[in-house]
Amino acid sequence: MIHEYDAVIIGAGGAGLYAALEASKKSKTAVLSKLYPVRSHTGAAQGGISAALGNVEEDKPEWHAYDTVKGGDYLVDQDAALVLSEEAVQAVYDLENRGLPFNRTPEGKIDQRRFGGHTRNFGEAAVRRACYAADRTGHTILQTLYQQCIKNNVSFYDEFQVLDVIIDGNRCGGVVAIEIATGEIHTFKAKAVMFATGGFGRMFKITSNAYANTGDGPAVLARRGIPLEDMEFFQFHPTGISGMGILITEGVRGEGGILRNSKGERFMEVYAPTLLDLAPRDMVARAITTEVLEGRGILGNKKIDDYVYLDATGLGKELLESKLPDITDFCKTYLGIDPAEKPIPVQPTAHYGMGGIPTDVHGRVIIDDKNTACEGLYAAGECACVSIHGANRLGTNSLLDLVVFGRRAGIHIASYVKDADLIAVPDDADRYARDWIEGLTCKGKAGEAGRIAEEMKVSMMQNVGIYRNEKNMGKAVSKIKELREEYKGLGVSDKTKNFNTELLELIELKNLLDTAFITAESAKNRKESRGAHSREDYPDRNDDEWLKHTLATLDGDEVKIGYKTVDISRFEPKPRVY
Amino acid sequence: MNITLKIQRYNPETDDAPYFKEYSVDVEPTARVLDALMQVKEYQDNTIAFRKSCAHGVCGSDAMRINGKEGLACKTLVQSVTESDGDTILIEPLRNFPVQRDLIVDQTALFVKYKEIKPFLINDEPVKEKERLQSQEERMQFDDSINCILCSSCYSACPVVGEGKGFLGPAAIVQAFRFISDTRDKGFEARLPILDKPDGVWPCENHFECTKQCPRSILVTKRINQTKNMIKKYHKEKAED
Repeated sequence: MIHEYDAVIIGAGGAGLYAALEASKKSKTAVLSKLYPVRSHTGAAQGGISAALGNVEEDKPEWHAYDTVKGGDYLVDQDAALVLSEEAVQAVYDLENRGLPFNRTPEGKIDQRRFGGHTRNFGEAAVRRACYAADRTGHTILQTLYQQCIKNNVSFYDEFQVLDVIIDGNRCGGVVAIEIATGEIHTFKAKAVMFATGGFGRMFKITSNAYANTGDGPAVLARRGIPLEDMEFFQFHPTGISGMGILITEGVRGEGGILRNSKGERFMEVYAPTLLDLAPRDMVARAITTEVLEGRGILGNKKIDDYVYLDATGLGKELLESKLPDITDFCKTYLGIDPAEKPIPVQPTAHYGMGGIPTDVHGRVIIDDKNTACEGLYAAGECACVSIHGANRLGTNSLLDLVVFGRRAGIHIASYVKDADLIAVPDDADRYARDWIEGLTCKGKAGEAGRIAEEMKVSMMQNVGIYRNEKNMGKAVSKIKELREEYKGLGVSDKTKNFNTELLELIELKNLLDTAFITAESAKNRKESRGAHSREDYPDRNDDEWLKHTLATLDGDEVKIGYKTVDISRFEPKPRVY
Repeated sequence: MNITLKIQRYNPETDDAPYFKEYSVDVEPTARVLDALMQVKEYQDNTIAFRKSCAHGVCGSDAMRINGKEGLACKTLVQSVTESDGDTILIEPLRNFPVQRDLIVDQTALFVKYKEIKPFLINDEPVKEKERLQSQEERMQFDDSINCILCSSCYSACPVVGEGKGFLGPAAIVQAFRFISDTRDKGFEARLPILDKPDGVWPCENHFECTKQCPRSILVTKRINQTKNMIKKYHKEKAED
């Protein structure tokens, strides 16, 4: 089936919904989502959304920008960080005005709490900057934006999985997607296409990410020759529930929770004397891993699956119930413990891709080192790389990223489509997608996808995890190459059309293999340690050679590496201590 | 431990009627029912269809009936629905919705009702401050109602919805309560025609099944009764005017 729209947005999380709200005001817009929109992973974000409102203590957008840049180990584009921190304030008020149920101060204003890496006066001490709705902030943002889309009659195609993008020269003309309920392949012709498909954490064995986070947008674009930026920077959140990866918000530490090793020591005193447990996530994740590898994990076996304790027993039942109710519930459900009485066993969990589809501050996709934009092609949210997170994202800046850059992309799309035409899309624009699906349904061998996915996840976790080195990353690259080759022979056992979830999972597996391949190759290429990319064989940051973004282009069975400059116009790069 | 999953299967493309199929699987007692389902799907029978996403009880994708009770497969541990090795867990799709395939049901009816109650803040007055002020107590009045993830468990559990007479239903009323009890909202009268019609809030008979099965611990029945009381109070005040 063929459809025509001014704008098509892929993904219905925070970025996609905000863009849809803006774009649909002035243009015929459709949102395609592989899930019902309210199931999107934005809803799993817990702790907060930062903005220098100054509701509980003095704060300034410039301090927020500085923290973002330093938190990202100076790989952040500083002009973009200023856009983020300055527009944050109005973005949060807009959400509140549209009904978002923030927790309140005694004066009735939006309440704010501490979060990792957010400081006052350029690093002096932790500041209360994170606006929150208990530990359900992402859920309330997703709900509020979806509700506004209902109010404004936005058109949705629920349970449509994107397969391909139509690009002619330097111009985007639409997308191809499969309707999960029927197996039908649809072509959406559009003047503007925006990808807001979220993360790709499912390439790792232990992750906080949803099953749906399979890098669909980055993979689809990479296969069409669009480079991906800074894919080597993947954040491991310090506090996932041990063995399961379920996220325990940094808000627990923001409210006073403390990390302890087997001796009961508050080990962050050693690693970050000023910010302690509220140091940025890459540092805390490394600290936990070091404690474990040196035998001070709770089991003391020096093995990577050992864990430490997150001690929230000092917070009191009342605070836990009112400000961290979901965390309390998760601990009771999955661990059988009450966090008011017993410490929570935690270990780092693969959480967030700082890299992704390169964009400018209007969400336009950038295709080379000269910042050339592909006309009509946009991206925002976790699948994109503006870059405001650099080498390590600060907590609460992801929700902020969604609303600030989702909105900006939507506004730009609305003005772009006014003067743009649909490009001539050939009748066989869906050829690649049809061939792919036909290969999977008619020819390939079934029953191997589970094993291939498992081998990818284990290899990425072991070799491209928190600590990395040349040898291990080389192993991961070889393994992923081998698995990509094996994928070519795969197919489904289920030959039916409706809700063929086996087919859906094979589509997602290809997307994960391609994004994992680019991640591993980009990581192996970067010979320094910066932010979340921590190499045992190159332990120091090397600004002389490596203060530059990676642009990795997928070329069949190879990844070609290029670079792009970093905007450092505001804050001079300095050693990063907390 | 070894368990048997007895799963209701139905693919309208190939099957005349639903049937049950059993799968034997080894899992930790602390595994989620979703983990057991995934193990079957990935390594025994790829054709089983169910929805899933977050895997920790916040997205609402994998609501189903587990041993006859509604729940999220990712928030139900195997040990909580079994007693000993060799036990069987019965897995069925939600009731009161058309089955599209296996454990996947068509939830359109719920979203239609959700949209009917105008699930968005209604307030056209300009904002005087940067934010609309609200006291902590006012905010807590609707606290549990913001937890709803529209998983549809309550529609499956509700005997009145099961009568098929068009009852507005638990989740939609909770969402209406979320707004009409928010001090910032001015949409009570706009929502009244939907809530106060015969198949609005009134068919609820206080069976409490929605409250018992809600995976987000929302006091659903209480919120429905509070909504009824708000409507009664409104009529009383109108009559006195």
